[in-house]
Amino acid sequence: MSTQEHTAAAHVHRDDIGSRMGMWLFLFTELVLFGGLFFMYSVYRYLHHQDFYIAARSMNVFIGTTNTVILLTSSLTIALSIVAMQNGKKILSLILQGTTVIFGLVFLVNKYFEWMAEIHHGNFPGSPELLSQPPGHILFFGLYYVMTGLHGLHVIIGMVIIMIMMRFTMKDVITPDQTVKLEAAGLYWHLVDIIWIFLFPLFYLIT
Amino acid sequence: MEKQVAQHIEKPGHSYGKYIVVWLALLTLTAITAVVAGVNLGEVTIAVALIIASIKSYLVLTVFMHLNVESKPFKIFVLVALFFLIVSIVLLFSDFSNM
Repeated sequence: MSTQEHTAAAHVHRDDIGSRMGMWLFLFTELVLFGGLFFMYSVYRYLHHQDFYIAARSMNVFIGTTNTVILLTSSLTIALSIVAMQNGKKILSLILQGTTVIFGLVFLVNKYFEWMAEIHHGNFPGSPELLSQPPGHILFFGLYYVMTGLHGLHVIIGMVIIMIMMRFTMKDVITPDQTVKLEAAGLYWHLVDIIWIFLFPLFYLIT
Repeated sequence: MEKQVAQHIEKPGHSYGKYIVVWLALLTLTAITAVVAGVNLGEVTIAVALIIASIKSYLVLTVFMHLNVESKPFKIFVLVALFFLIVSIVLLFSDFSNM
């Protein structure tokens, strides 16, 4: 513990509230990014209500629900990893961070199979089968790939960030007294979770 | 962060319990969304789905993202951001209904 106290004392310029606020400001820019896509979705759905309704029938509700449960559970594990670290349980925190990364990976594997199934059915941008469908179907699948794809990219980025946090934890950059980096990584992961909370009903449950 | 310095396991801020309770609530709400989607409620279905998604987001924001223990500026920031998001969507659809 003496080394950690020394480290904390050496950091004269430490502003945890400022760090967290900076992270929140960044999250607002993410809100604008995804918000624009949700606006686009709502307008096209408003214009092509019936097409969206029919196109969404090909969505695999089981995989969608499974992925929702996986992502919600990964949000729990990253939140608990912060508590574990604050309680001084470094190994438990590392295990929970690692579990979060594994959940992220499982989510992406499910997404891969889901996309492959859709592509196999000819539901991918520019495919002759999809282009022969009504415009609402084309828009639905366009939005589906862009929005879940951008979300998947965020899952990958989140996994990389959490792996960096695991490295920081091992190197004692993150300590029970200094968890703000882990908290910021957690905030990012939870935002990714919130976006999925809205994507799930809008793409899978509108039939 | 300063409020966390020198706290111990028995302090509420460091307990695992509330996170697990919120996680169970989130899973329950997911199950409700999936079941409700199977019932044909017509135009109300999407409203119900979005209300449940909003409740889930509220739980994630307040507990997982610690907004409930953050200082006032954080809460104001989030409310302002959500306010402008709502203004944007209202303007968007007021425009569309007049087309």
